[in-house]
Amino acid sequence: MTATAPRQTWLKRNKMTVTPLLFLLPGVLFFSLYVIIPIFQSFNISLYRWDGLGEATWVGLGNYQELVGDRAFEISLWNNVKWLALYLLAIPAGLFIALFLNQTVTGIRLYKSLFFFPFVISQVVVGLVFTWFYLPRVGLLNATLEFVGLGSLNILGDPTLATYGIIAAGLWPQTAYCMILYLTGLNAVDPEQIEAARLDGAKGARMLWYVVLPQLKPATFIAFVVTIIGALRSFDLISIMTNGGPFGSTRVLSFYMFERALSEYGFRMGYGSAIAVVLFMIMLIFIAYFLWSMWRDERPARN
Amino acid sequence: MFPTPIQKRSRAAQLTYQSFLPLALILWLAPLIAVAIFSIRPIADFTQGNYWGMPSSFDFFANYGRVFFDSDMPRYMLNSLMITIPTVIGAVALSSMTGFALGIYRFRGNLLIFFMFIAGNFVPFQILMVPVRDLTVGMGLYDTKLGLILFHVAFQTGFCTLFMRNFIKALPMELIEAARVEGVREWQIFWYVVLPLMRPAIAALAVLIFTFIWNDYFWAIVLTQGPEAQPVTAGITSFNSQFVAQYNLMSAGSIVAAIPPVLMFFAMQKHFIAGLTLGAVK
Repeated sequence: MTATAPRQTWLKRNKMTVTPLLFLLPGVLFFSLYVIIPIFQSFNISLYRWDGLGEATWVGLGNYQELVGDRAFEISLWNNVKWLALYLLAIPAGLFIALFLNQTVTGIRLYKSLFFFPFVISQVVVGLVFTWFYLPRVGLLNATLEFVGLGSLNILGDPTLATYGIIAAGLWPQTAYCMILYLTGLNAVDPEQIEAARLDGAKGARMLWYVVLPQLKPATFIAFVVTIIGALRSFDLISIMTNGGPFGSTRVLSFYMFERALSEYGFRMGYGSAIAVVLFMIMLIFIAYFLWSMWRDERPARN
Repeated sequence: MFPTPIQKRSRAAQLTYQSFLPLALILWLAPLIAVAIFSIRPIADFTQGNYWGMPSSFDFFANYGRVFFDSDMPRYMLNSLMITIPTVIGAVALSSMTGFALGIYRFRGNLLIFFMFIAGNFVPFQILMVPVRDLTVGMGLYDTKLGLILFHVAFQTGFCTLFMRNFIKALPMELIEAARVEGVREWQIFWYVVLPLMRPAIAALAVLIFTFIWNDYFWAIVLTQGPEAQPVTAGITSFNSQFVAQYNLMSAGSIVAAIPPVLMFFAMQKHFIAGLTLGAVK
């Protein structure tokens, strides 16, 4: 009794600090072990030459110097820019479909679900579906083109077209995602404001721009976040559809990193990590921006 | 409501809209419909170049039967299930605890830890790849389901914490204050007060994480390599090399691999969408 009494009171007095710490502990430990610490480890590994098994040799910034002159790295970086720019088309496209489907006719719920459907399928299957869709003789695309007399296109076999073909495949599920964000957002648009604006004579594009879009801002923000992250994370489609080819023309940083560090091109863990660090730094610009906007929204809630 | 409800427009506009709907849907899903049609054709259609005419016979049972009885597909599907379900349970359990701590208590570093989870959730997988692979190999878990599960649980905890914390933050604090006044202990508040209220959030996260993990491909190829442990997304490439150029079987295989998350989505649509919009868009 005498020995435990002060201890108990200490716990009682500090329970508002101790409880959250205990609740956080397993999650934070796990997350640090698998996510936070590996980020720093990758930074470290990028300074070494290492095959993943033997002794690692310190090369300082050697890997980064090699990147500067690496043609494949340059192509990958450019493709990432293309992905980023074109992937953003998913946002207006999603908004367009959402506006098209925001009606109350019979069966519209099923239509909405079926339009959203591509997002639920794995990117691997999307990649396969589009690979077959693009096939020179067998594919639906070329069958249609030939039917209307436009000749045929070997999209994935053409170094100048392949990346765009893959991005188009990626836009399919991403547009579906943006569509569902906007459909949910449109549900919450204040009908009184719409009616008021209508009485003032606003309609069509002006109504959309000045009345509806400002109210869809939260949806647009999330659409931006998920689309940018999705664009920079693109890997599955490239791996499935072209495996980086033809002639390495469809590589992006995430794919090139994997290729260098863990495939038949050799186990260059250090060089691969350097590529990953570059990709991470690009992503960090966006992550910082997202966190900053979220932090801004948090502040009024805290005061 | 925006745009103007179609009911308020002319009869002609209504008819146009009604006929446009199915047409747009067919166009939107065309690549998928093509695969579905492929999957019921006999192989003879492909050797004879009859890709788009009437199927010469209806081979649904023959094709899907071969996927299930003549390949490793059932095994890959089972692996996927055995990876996905423990991950869902683990991530939801960990994040309901972290979400509770971050949503209810005010302490120094609260927002910092929360933002650590969000930021970690956005990083490119490649920056984690080499160290996580080393860690998994080091623990003797390379090419095991457990190795994949542990990583997935840890990584998904980031996203789940974001969701749970925001959900809990929106709960009425008076409820918790009242329980405290009654002398209810903190862990009991978690178990008896907060957890029951979190049911919709748990449902949303469960379907969402199920889909994410089922569809994961990158970590499957980084951390596993054979039919022992590989989930279906990675296994399907070996499946396709087993049936090279047999488009009917490859199509059937893809459809089988895609079905579980699709069923999940249609069964729990409301929760799924609530999860996807991060609860931020209501």
